[in-house]
Amino acid sequence: MNYLRELEDNSIYIIREAYAQFRDVAMLWSIGKDSTTLLWLIRKTFFGKIPFPVIHIDTTYKFKEIYEFRDRYAKEWHLNLSVIKNEEAFKKGVNPEKSKFQCCTELKTNALKEEISRRHFRALYLAIRRDEHGVRAKERIFSPRDEDFEWDYKNQPPELWDQYKTKAKDEEHLRIHPLLGWREIDVWEYIRMENIPIVSLYFAKGGKRYRSIGCQCCCNPIDSDADTIDKIIEELKTSKISERSGRAQDKESAYTMQKLRSLGYM
Amino acid sequence: MQNSNLKFVIVGHVDHGKSTLIGRLLYDTNSLPLDKIEEIKKTSGDLGRETEFAYLVDHLEEERKQGITIDTTQVFFRTDKRGYVIIDAPGHIEFVKNMITGASQAEAAILIIDAKEGIKEQTKRHAYILSLLGLSQVTVVLNKMDLVDFREEVFNKIKKDIEEFFVSINIKPVFYIPVCAISGQNIAKRPLNMAWYKGPTFLESLDKLKNKESLQNKPLVFPIQDVYKFDDKRIAVGRIEAGVIKRGQVIKVLPSCQITKVKSIEKYPGQIDKACAGESIGIVTEDPLFINRGDIIFEPQNGPIVTDNFKANIFWISRKEFKKDERIIIRCSTQETSCKLETIEKRINSATLEIIEQDADILQNLEVGEVVVKTKKPIIIKAFNDVPALGRFVFVQHENICAGGIIANPN
Repeated sequence: MNYLRELEDNSIYIIREAYAQFRDVAMLWSIGKDSTTLLWLIRKTFFGKIPFPVIHIDTTYKFKEIYEFRDRYAKEWHLNLSVIKNEEAFKKGVNPEKSKFQCCTELKTNALKEEISRRHFRALYLAIRRDEHGVRAKERIFSPRDEDFEWDYKNQPPELWDQYKTKAKDEEHLRIHPLLGWREIDVWEYIRMENIPIVSLYFAKGGKRYRSIGCQCCCNPIDSDADTIDKIIEELKTSKISERSGRAQDKESAYTMQKLRSLGYM
Repeated sequence: MQNSNLKFVIVGHVDHGKSTLIGRLLYDTNSLPLDKIEEIKKTSGDLGRETEFAYLVDHLEEERKQGITIDTTQVFFRTDKRGYVIIDAPGHIEFVKNMITGASQAEAAILIIDAKEGIKEQTKRHAYILSLLGLSQVTVVLNKMDLVDFREEVFNKIKKDIEEFFVSINIKPVFYIPVCAISGQNIAKRPLNMAWYKGPTFLESLDKLKNKESLQNKPLVFPIQDVYKFDDKRIAVGRIEAGVIKRGQVIKVLPSCQITKVKSIEKYPGQIDKACAGESIGIVTEDPLFINRGDIIFEPQNGPIVTDNFKANIFWISRKEFKKDERIIIRCSTQETSCKLETIEKRINSATLEIIEQDADILQNLEVGEVVVKTKKPIIIKAFNDVPALGRFVFVQHENICAGGIIANPN
């Protein structure tokens, strides 16, 4: 399919631009379908040998299928895998019961902050897409974060044609978004075309499946009988509900996602 | 076989209705998930407003509360013919650089004009920027026709005025379409109150737009992004910007002028015999050459222009004023070098096209300059209409892109 190859070629171009400019980079892998697709693309980009770490932020609330999938493919694909956790937050008893906003910030965002400052990564590859959430739709392909991890969405740098913000002050890191222009259905059709392995939670069992995956406690399955990729794609084409409708942190208030992201969330 | 999506940008003066037009288009083509419609109804209600279709693109809290688009966004929808990516661009003068970021990704543009307010400053500035970005496929939409009682004379008058402006910037719009975005007239459905209008609806006009031209039939242009070393192989990687490359082909690497053959074309998980414009690949050469990022590969008989001196039209998008003789960095495809503006032949107001000064010493935010660029190292360029990737460039200063430019016909 011409169109998917075009998306693939352009994403590989972006991945190569970022690596050429920054070298000290890493990729965030949440083990979901988008970041696994990104991981697949990055493997293609570097001819099977990814020359930098792949980071999994572990909140410990993830499904067991996620941990199994992660360990299997980290081995099979010879990944330089780093699993990071915010140990202090666990000791303090941070959990989603009190506030999802606080829990996401502490367990995900702050865990990442510590790791970046420890290892001095200049850029991070993330698999976010514009059509996942209106606030992500406002992103740039190369998006700067300052030393406090803040996203200055009111004053983003211009990106012209295929030229991106490639110089940064020492304290900044950049978020690189090679899948920004891919839609949910493009990701699934690419997964089908390439036979990319995907965690089993996306496939229906007992009348339910997950359309979007996060931590076990904050993530709701949808009613579905789609237990193969073909059926998932069919279901998507006729769906009238958006992808993240089962994700609790988006619901705390209309602007939770914006606030989370301005503090450095994904 | 799926056609390529068509990307188009919607531009125009603030409050002329860009975001509402998009929201309406998505709503009328059933492109919206139910929970999104519920969400905007609720948010509009909470803010004490009628259902704001603009909330489908204005997602930032500040955007909704102030009723204004700050940054560009992209949304998707389909008709039977193909998929579309709509790029919404802010109309406020404060956010021109965000509008340019959005517009630079488009293959076509929709210029929206409020029929009651008529042509305003950003209308003209945006139209001019479209021509500076090389976008020539433009449709003009006259919105809020309800506010002028759907009168044909109003439509014709504005059409005539904007047509004159377009002639002066060398663009010939493909369609002029009267609509009322808020009530949906002439967007997806034929207008009830404009029987005098015989042209296509907005949606029909979109289906008539052309996708961008393939550059496969041109001579080879393959700029190098990087070189990867694996096992014993050195793979030079990049994206082919024009033409075709084949295994065994003789190639010339510029600017060093080294000649060699393509030993293999690498595209994981294996190797391929041939690759075309648009493909991201790697190549291994017969001879162990020293290839770097910024080198460009051609066929030996093609001599592109290698120069350190050329004319260009640039638009300055940094708030910091530029003084001639300041050194800046130029990036043209993967080439990068330091440069300066030898002459600023004309300094132009981008909203009125008025020449502020000839032989100027400065350029300010939102101004256009007709300039002569002098680069420290020679670079390879081509005419923009020939190979766009080598006919356009950006200037970088203080870690950010501060201007974009199109090379004036280098021949």
